[in-house]
Amino acid sequence: MSLTGVLRPGHVSIRVLDLPAALTHYVDRLGLIESDRDEQGRVYLKGWDERDWFSVVLREADAPGMDYMGFKVDSPATLDRLAGRLREFGCKVERIPAGELKHCGERVRFDSPTGHSFELYAQKDYLGTAMGLQNPDPWHEECLKGMQVQRFDHCLLYGDDLDGTVKLFTEVLGFHISENVMDGELRIGCFLTCGMKAHDLAIIRHPEKNRFHHASFMLGTWEDVLRAADIIGRFKIPLDIGPTRHGITRGRTIYFFDPSGNRNEVFSGDYTYYPDYEPIRWTADSLGGAIFYHDQALNERFLTVVT
Amino acid sequence: MSFEIEILDSGERYACSAAQTLLGAMHQLGRRGIPLGCRSGGCGVCKVELLSGEVETGRMSRAHITHEEQAKGIVLACRACPRSAVQLRVLGHMQRVFGSSAMQSNVPTLRPAEAATHQR
Repeated sequence: MSLTGVLRPGHVSIRVLDLPAALTHYVDRLGLIESDRDEQGRVYLKGWDERDWFSVVLREADAPGMDYMGFKVDSPATLDRLAGRLREFGCKVERIPAGELKHCGERVRFDSPTGHSFELYAQKDYLGTAMGLQNPDPWHEECLKGMQVQRFDHCLLYGDDLDGTVKLFTEVLGFHISENVMDGELRIGCFLTCGMKAHDLAIIRHPEKNRFHHASFMLGTWEDVLRAADIIGRFKIPLDIGPTRHGITRGRTIYFFDPSGNRNEVFSGDYTYYPDYEPIRWTADSLGGAIFYHDQALNERFLTVVT
Repeated sequence: MSFEIEILDSGERYACSAAQTLLGAMHQLGRRGIPLGCRSGGCGVCKVELLSGEVETGRMSRAHITHEEQAKGIVLACRACPRSAVQLRVLGHMQRVFGSSAMQSNVPTLRPAEAATHQR
């Protein structure tokens, strides 16, 4: 298949209460690599296997949460086309000039019915990996640290008008629904993909707008998830739940909190999604196993704690 | 140096050192009474009001603790280390997700076990 339009999640901007503590967490514990800082004090990070200059931006603020999530599109022409479509849909659209985030081209920022801010961009500077593009080694030990997260993968967000945001992502941005969580005919969760991963964005119905449940980072194996759990124990990182498996997306996972209360996931494994697939449907009577496959039971904190 | 912490809502008492947070000591001892959320000052579920005693606090989300509240002795238990014996009252709670009344009224399996509100 060919990927066109929206290619992938490209970055997430996360608010933190204490930047030095956040850097210890995201760099030393997760293993992201610091790739730049700017005059606003924002810090740019990337995974060891990511080629673009950054995928995480940390910004110090007095309340944690997500500022915005950005998706990379295939070309400037697509960026312009989608900006128009977003306006037609009724989004508030703002064009943010190239360079406002260092190393990033022009961004099209838009709001969503669940109150979250998203952006599209077509260009980001190439930083590359330590392995390079010519006769590369599979990995370089000097760039592996902590949990050794390979890359930023997806976000899970909470908001009220779930159906509105799903409509926006499917009808305007060309995302597909990989999995729905239903309570009768009411959709209470939706997993969306713009490529061949089981999800690039997940949204759960919630009374408040604009809540951030987690940012997720990919690991190579289940063994890596267990190793992450050991790091969580060693450094007394507040654990949320895991290691366990999700029924939804099949991910093997562990959840924990950064030093500002933002939830992180590191996970390994899902399935390959093809665009002709019909959505998987989860029903309310099986929700425990849909979310935590081993326990087959819901967890209050996982469901309710957000920033 | 260790201080006695008393949760007035439940009558729970436990020891907390000056280096521990009010929430961390409770959790480590397997005690209950204050909801356990992010333990990092961000989510607000462990909000408590100090009725007596002194604490030293770290950074807390202003979305959950305003300056005015902090001046009145309202803090996040995960960010408060005791400097004396403390009596507190629990203000925070786990807010139910999947929160529409339609969902809550007839789909009990959407809700975790009863009484989870004040337990981990």
